[in-house]
Amino acid sequence: MRRIISVLMENAPGALSRIVGVFSQRGFNVDSLCVAPTDDESLSRLTIITQGDDKVIEQITKQVNKLIDVLKIAELTEGPHIERELMLIKVGNKTELSRAEVKRNVDIFRARILDVNANNYTIEITGTSDKLCAFEDVMSQCGDIIESARTGVCGLARGDKALRP
Amino acid sequence: MKMMSGAAMVVEALKEVGVTHLFGYPGGAVLDIYDALHAQDDIKHVLVRHEQAAAHMADGYARATGKTGAVLVTSGPGATNTITGIATAFMDSIPMVILSGQVPSMHIGEDAFQECDMVGISRPVVKHSFLVKKAEDIPMAIAKAFYIANTGRPGPVVVDLPKDIVNVQDSHPYVFPDDVTMRSYNPTLKGHNKQIKKAVASMLKAQRPVLYVGGGAIVAEAGAYVTQLAELLQAPVCSTLMGLGAFSSVHPQFIGMLGMHGTLEANKTMHNSDCIIALGSRFDDRVTNNVDKFCPHADIIHVDIDPASISKIVNAHIPVVGSVDKVVLQMLDLLADADFANQEQKVADWWRQIEEWRSKKCLQFDQSSQVIKPQKVIQCLYEHTKGDAYVSSDVGQHQMFAALYYPFAKPRRWINSGGLGTMGFGLPAAMGVQFAYPDAVSVVVTGDGSIQMNIQELSTCLQYGLPIKIISLNNRALGMVRQWQDMNYKGRHSCSYMESMPDFVKLAEAYGHTGIKVDHLDELDDAMARCFATPGLVFMDIMVDQNEHVYPMQIKYGAMDDMRLSKKERT
Ligand SMILES: Cc1ncc(C[n+]2csc(CCOP(=O)(O)OP(=O)(O)O)c2C)c(N)n1
Ligand SMILES: [Mg+2]
Repeated sequence: MRRIISVLMENAPGALSRIVGVFSQRGFNVDSLCVAPTDDESLSRLTIITQGDDKVIEQITKQVNKLIDVLKIAELTEGPHIERELMLIKVGNKTELSRAEVKRNVDIFRARILDVNANNYTIEITGTSDKLCAFEDVMSQCGDIIESARTGVCGLARGDKALRP
Repeated sequence: MKMMSGAAMVVEALKEVGVTHLFGYPGGAVLDIYDALHAQDDIKHVLVRHEQAAAHMADGYARATGKTGAVLVTSGPGATNTITGIATAFMDSIPMVILSGQVPSMHIGEDAFQECDMVGISRPVVKHSFLVKKAEDIPMAIAKAFYIANTGRPGPVVVDLPKDIVNVQDSHPYVFPDDVTMRSYNPTLKGHNKQIKKAVASMLKAQRPVLYVGGGAIVAEAGAYVTQLAELLQAPVCSTLMGLGAFSSVHPQFIGMLGMHGTLEANKTMHNSDCIIALGSRFDDRVTNNVDKFCPHADIIHVDIDPASISKIVNAHIPVVGSVDKVVLQMLDLLADADFANQEQKVADWWRQIEEWRSKKCLQFDQSSQVIKPQKVIQCLYEHTKGDAYVSSDVGQHQMFAALYYPFAKPRRWINSGGLGTMGFGLPAAMGVQFAYPDAVSVVVTGDGSIQMNIQELSTCLQYGLPIKIISLNNRALGMVRQWQDMNYKGRHSCSYMESMPDFVKLAEAYGHTGIKVDHLDELDDAMARCFATPGLVFMDIMVDQNEHVYPMQIKYGAMDDMRLSKKERT
């Protein structure tokens, strides 16, 4: 089962490598990892997408929480939450028809064209991972995907719940 | 404000945290620190012969005293040589701080001479680590390192010190912190009241309770409380390899070590229990055997300071996060009001059953043999030390014989590498013990294989006059490997026999010590007496039965109590 784990940790050197280490040492999966400082510069927030049953997730949370740099950890998928991912994708189009198709789908998906070239568009899209995958599919049908980069998922719990020190 | 060099700060901060002994070995990156050490005599520096041994000595010192062991090594090979020692301490939750030299900050990442990413290479086997960037940060890093190492679930902490920040020329303001608490590190010590209540209710209901005591009880100095709890419940007590001595092995309620080489009665009791009270033990695979068949009838109460240890291997019905001393005391408080008038009657059937298992005398061995049995040597050692020695052990059959045949009445007397199973641990660990307690009897039980993995420390023993007694069970083989080959590989002894054994007596003499060789059973007692009567280090090279196996032994894939009792019998 796909899970989103959110971690609040000290924005200290080595902290990230320790977290990644726990995953590789203990044989846990990482599908994606998104990390940046928070509004409080001394803290970083990490969002990890992983797979596992309840027992595995319990171990992951406990082992990560055991790290000295980690303040808080929560599984977002346990409750209502919002998740978003950003993708930049460069799509080549040789024909007018293809250019029009790409443009039309950009509108449908509420994406944005950031850069225009003679033979390609660079597009920005935000949404759930599913939406990004769907957009990728459509783009591969109406043009040629030259390259793409995704940020990995980040997320927050809905309502009053928050991960604070 | 005091001004001093980075090197002087290291030494000052070590004094501040109460370091008495620093086990180490010099080299380019730490010469400044060695220079600062030269100028003082509050901290005794012990010059080892191999950095792995420095870590094991600090480890032995820590296990015997409960204090944090301290190590100082140079960058690169000095640092990498400590890794086995750090991993050994990590697996057994031993408090230790390793100060490693590092190439100057501006050369980090350039593959400079003797550069090694110590923080990286040690990361999976430390509780935490620091790469110190500025001299001013040295006192805080050292203070935090010692705090982290010896609070919560203890463990090793690395402090990596680039050469430029410790140079003896520059002066910096020295401020030792008053407070090292960290917002991200707050180990839970007291148990949750609701969980304690549940645990107590389960104990009171139990008709077949058992205490399963591990190393956590020793770390928490919880022996007295554990004993009170056991006596109140009139419950049998078994111990892990790491927990031996937390509850006295000569107490009538003690039923032995449990697990792979546990006693029949300990494993049977566990398997048939209806309430397992696990105190600072972690359901290691060397205990549980096949987890799917593990103790099917029991409610499991699991007390551990490390939440990640709870329900990691075996699901705990009643988890209690906290240190064993605090939690058991909370339990005793609740139990103070309980009525125990019928307790003896309640557990009477249980004890009848346990006595029946006990009566099988699973530790019996052939007494008629003229070949020296390893078990006999340990019993002889017990008699000659009146059961009161610090016994450090290496890894192999001799380790299991020592654990099974030398009852430990007190905690911190049994010093062995349980989790990592590190051959070469014994001698340096016994040296750490001897440094901590110069007047105590510090013994190593070792094998002909293990002793050769840190034999160079005999030289250190001479330098510091350590009167260690080395009891080497020489079976001319990597006995434990051979046992597995006998059992699982139809007796094909692939590379478990060592040709060209040294003459250990001459070797001991070459290092300036006494060596005694024992070939025959009838010489054993006298030789042992001579060993303890001779001042200084004595190396006992005792020829034991090459074909002996350690029994009892759990049968792979079976339940806890599926065991071989000898080469021919099984449960
Ligand atoms: C450093 C290390 N290497 C290998 C092993 C695997 N091993 C476990 S016991 C053993 C044999 C130990 O031989 P010895 O010290 O003579 O003890 P004996 O079993 O004969 O009593 C070996 C090789 C180990 N535990 N540690
Ligand atoms: Mg041997």
